[in-house]
Amino acid sequence: MPVSETNSQIIYTALKDCGVRLISVLPETWLVHLVTLAEADADATLVRLAKEEEGIGISAGAHLAGISSAMLMQNHGLLASLNGIVSLAQLYRIPLLMLISLRGGFGEEHPWQTEGGMVTEALLETLRVPFERLQAPGHVAQRVREAQTLANAALRPVALLLCRELMWED
Amino acid sequence: MTQGKVMLRSEALEAMYPNLASCAVVTIMGATASELYALGHRPNFFYLEHAMGLASSMGLGIALSRPEETVVVLDGDGSILMNLGSLTTMARYRPSNLIHVVFDNEALLSVGRTFTTATGTGSSIAAMAEAAGVPRSTTVDTVEGCRQAFQEALAARELTTLVVKVAAQGPANYHIDVHMLENRFEFQRYLTRDRLKAG
Repeated sequence: MPVSETNSQIIYTALKDCGVRLISVLPETWLVHLVTLAEADADATLVRLAKEEEGIGISAGAHLAGISSAMLMQNHGLLASLNGIVSLAQLYRIPLLMLISLRGGFGEEHPWQTEGGMVTEALLETLRVPFERLQAPGHVAQRVREAQTLANAALRPVALLLCRELMWED
Repeated sequence: MTQGKVMLRSEALEAMYPNLASCAVVTIMGATASELYALGHRPNFFYLEHAMGLASSMGLGIALSRPEETVVVLDGDGSILMNLGSLTTMARYRPSNLIHVVFDNEALLSVGRTFTTATGTGSSIAAMAEAAGVPRSTTVDTVEGCRQAFQEALAARELTTLVVKVAAQGPANYHIDVHMLENRFEFQRYLTRDRLKAG
């Protein structure tokens, strides 16, 4: 499978270095190695979801209980989570660290991913969710750390977009 | 279905209220929140005033994060029907410190006119919880039955979905004199009180 194990490890290490102890996920191809790493990690609680919006509630509960969390989802999972982001995380000032695989961009072979790819960034802008792209291993640690710092300072959701250049090895 | 006088949600809440003093409580919005508030607000009560469906997910997040805390979610039929997958996620992790109460009035009540939900046309929340793998699920339709089932759930230390059949009737007013953000920070302070003391 040409999903990058090396870069998945770099992302996972960056999350752990930020004190993330609970990770919610709905598995998808680009996230497979990240899920495997979380499964094997005795110091992290992995919550496998039926639908991504549940993760907003779980992260909100974890935050209020004093636990740092991260959410792993595909961009279509972001689309499935909108009311939770607006009516829970933003309304109640809950920091969320959302790592979103940006499917449907240049190089996408699967027709079913393409519509979501075209709306993801515009949607985040409309939601006023600050976001940054993760495109190269060298900037992953710093961007993850800075995203979490902003989320905790602003008490708002932030997003990191997992890009093809980082996640996929053709 | 229920026979005779149908229990009011406020009566069921009153029966549970003494036991809620030592629990972290997450309620859905509308009548449930207002009726719990009317019994007496406590710093361990969080009223989720929107985001329908996510109360059970929030309760799961708290229960997994604070295993020493007993977490009670006060859900409703309309809310859990919007997030049925949550039953399967709760069942997958089955935290022993989580009690999921569902007030089932078979209606979307708080909108101003009674719209029947699917529990009024034959769907059973307790059966769905059981089928999802929730280890304990039961339905009660009397105040005494509710009091007893809730105390059993507290003693069982096992994930429980307790469906409480109640009348489709709300409070005279929906007033809650605690701002959402005030409630949020107060609840966070309650949940992290040990850490604050230690710090």
